[in-house]
Amino acid sequence: MTEVTDNTGFPEVLQKCPTGIRGLDDITDGGLPGGRPTLIAGGPGSGKTLIAMEFLVRGATQYDEPGVFIAFEEREEDLVKNFASLGFDLKELEAQKKLLVDYIHIERSEIEETGEYDLEGLFIRLNYAIDSIGAKRVVLDTIESLFSALTNEGILRAELRRLFHWLKTKGVTAIITGERGGGDTLTRRGLEEYVSDCVITLDHRVEGQIATRRLRVVKYRGSKHGTNEYPFLIDEHGISVLPITSLELDHDVSTERIPTGVLRLDTMLGGGFYRGSSILISGTAGTGKTTLAASFARATCERGERCLYLAFEEAPRQIIRNMRTIGIDLEPYVRQGLLKIHAARPTIFGLELHLVTMYKMINEFKPSVAVVDPITNLITVGSETEVKSMLTRLIDMLKASQITALFTHLTHGGAPLELTEMGVSSLIDTWALLRDIEIGGERNRGLYILKSRGMEHSNQIREFLMTGQGIDIIDAYTGPAGVLTGTARVVQEAKDRVLEVERKEEIERKKRDLERQRKAVEAQIAALRAEYEAGEEKFRKFTQEEERRKEIQEEVRKEIARIRKADVP
Amino acid sequence: MNNIKEPQQESEIQETEPEVWELRLYIAGQTARSDAALANLKRICEEHLAGKYRIEVIDLLKNPQIARDHQILATPTVIRKLPEPLKKTIGDLSQTERVLVGLDLRPLKKE
Repeated sequence: MTEVTDNTGFPEVLQKCPTGIRGLDDITDGGLPGGRPTLIAGGPGSGKTLIAMEFLVRGATQYDEPGVFIAFEEREEDLVKNFASLGFDLKELEAQKKLLVDYIHIERSEIEETGEYDLEGLFIRLNYAIDSIGAKRVVLDTIESLFSALTNEGILRAELRRLFHWLKTKGVTAIITGERGGGDTLTRRGLEEYVSDCVITLDHRVEGQIATRRLRVVKYRGSKHGTNEYPFLIDEHGISVLPITSLELDHDVSTERIPTGVLRLDTMLGGGFYRGSSILISGTAGTGKTTLAASFARATCERGERCLYLAFEEAPRQIIRNMRTIGIDLEPYVRQGLLKIHAARPTIFGLELHLVTMYKMINEFKPSVAVVDPITNLITVGSETEVKSMLTRLIDMLKASQITALFTHLTHGGAPLELTEMGVSSLIDTWALLRDIEIGGERNRGLYILKSRGMEHSNQIREFLMTGQGIDIIDAYTGPAGVLTGTARVVQEAKDRVLEVERKEEIERKKRDLERQRKAVEAQIAALRAEYEAGEEKFRKFTQEEERRKEIQEEVRKEIARIRKADVP
Repeated sequence: MNNIKEPQQESEIQETEPEVWELRLYIAGQTARSDAALANLKRICEEHLAGKYRIEVIDLLKNPQIARDHQILATPTVIRKLPEPLKKTIGDLSQTERVLVGLDLRPLKKE
C-alpha cells in the first residue's frame, strides 16, 4: 500500500492500494481505497472477474500482497483455465501461498431453509482463507449470486452489511463485483448501498458495429479521480486502461532539434523538428506523405533511436518495399529492432481501442519517435469529436513522454488544404503541407511550412522530388512568370537560359560591329593619309620640276645672253 | 422435482433394512441459534427416526477448514450424509415441515 497525501493540508491520509493494472492507478490517483471494499459493477462479459483477478495477481506478484478469491460463479478449475490464456498462472501462485481461490457452490434447489440463519459459515471460510495466507486483498465474485440461492432477502441484506463492515475491520482491500442493474441502481441488487467508498462501473457497448469496453469511476470517497469513461483493453497481458495522462499541459519541453531526414527541410525549419513536438504532414493523395514519414523514421534509426511506425493504410512489407524503390531502406532497422512497424486496419476496433493499443505499444517499445500514417483513416471509425478527443489524448501522452510524433493526414481535393477535418491544427507544433501544383498537364509536388511553433521557418514553397536516393527538395522557380514546378520550371529555366545566351550573342555581335567600324575608319584614315601622301609627293615632284625648270631657264637665258654677247649685268 | 416415488422407495428400504441416518449439524460457536437448532433437530429425529439416527455437531469456529471442504455457507446447516443422496438444509430448524421436506423425512405417522 502506498500513502497518498493530498495538498489540501488535512492531516488525514488516505491509504491507497495500487491495483497494478495499467492505467487504473492513474485514474484513481494511486489505486483503490486501502483496507476498504470497492464495488465493480458491470454487465455480463464486461470484464469484472478479470479486473478483480488481475488485482489479486498483480498484488501477489508486484506488491507482495497475497489475495483471496471467493468465486460464486466459476469453479476454480475454470478460473485457472481462463486466466492461463492471459498469462496468469493461478496454480503456481496458489502453490506459493500468494493466492487462494475458494469456490462457493450454492444451488437453490438443493437447499431448504428451515428457519433463522446467518452466513457465519461464509465469514469463517473467508476469515480462514485470509488468515491462512496472510491475505491483504480479497475478491468476492459475484456475491449477488447469493440472492438467487437464498430466499430470505432480509437476512441476506443484514448479513451483507455485516460482511462489508467485517471486511473493513479485517483491514483487507476488497473488490466486490456485481451485475449491472437495469433501473436506477448500479447493481441488480443495489449492492452500492453497502459498498460506498469506491464504485467502478464497466461497460461493453457496441457503436457502429464496434464494441468497446469502458470503465468509469463513479465515486471515490476522499480522493480525486478521473470521472470520464475510459476505454480499456483485454489482451494477452491482462487489462490496460487508457487515462488522460496530462490534463494540465505541464510537460517538459526540449530545445533540442532532431533532423527530419531531408536536409533541405532541416534548413527550411532552421535546424529540424523540436524533440517532443508534434508534426503534421498533410496533403492530398500521392503527395509523398508516407515518403516523408519514412525519411523521418530512417533518420531516427540512423541516430540509433527507436521509432514506432503505426501504419493504418499499408502493410509493413509494402511500406518497406515501396520505400526501398526511392532509396529508403528500412529493413535493416526493423531487423535491428530500432524500427517497429505496426499495421492495423482502422476498422478492426474502435478509436478508443486504437488509442489503448498505441498507448500500450508506446509504453512497451519506448520509442523516441512515433509515426502515425495516416490519422485520416481513424476518422472513419469515429465522429469528429471522438477523433479530436482521441488525438488530444494521444498527443498529450506522447508529449508527456517526450516522444516526437509525426502524423500524416490525407486532405481531400477541393477542400481548402489548410482545413483539417479533425481540427487538430491547434494541437500541432509543426505543420508541413504537401500540395499538388498542376501546371501544363503535369502534377508536381510542392512543400511548404504552414506553421512551426517557436522556430524560424522558410515561407517559400519548395518543390518536392522523389528520387532514387530519397527525397530531394529544390527551390521552385520563382520569377516574373510566377511559381513554377516540374517541367514548367525546367522549360522556364531553359527559356531563361536561351534569353541569356541571346543577350550574350547580341553583345558579341555589337562588339564585332564596332571593331569592324573601327577598322573601316582606320582604313579610311589610312587611305586619306595615302592620298595626302600622294599629293605631297606630287607637290614635291612639282616643286623639284619647277626648280629644274628655273635652273634650265637660267641656263637658257645665260646661253642666250652669251650668244647675244649681251652685256653682263 | 422429487416426486412421490422416491420417498416410497426409501421407506421400503427403511422397512426391509433399517439403517442409521447420519446427520451433521454445522454451527458457528455456541450461540442461542445453534442451541435451538440442535434441540429442534433432536426433537424431529426422535419423532421420526427414533433409534436409527446419529447427529454429529461440527463447530466451524474450531474447524474452519471444514467450512470450505464441506461447502458450508450459512449456519446452522444440517447435512444428511446418509442415506444418500446428500441433503442440505439451512436455518435453525424451527419450521418443522420444511425440515421434513429438506431432509426428506416423510412424516409417516401422520399420513
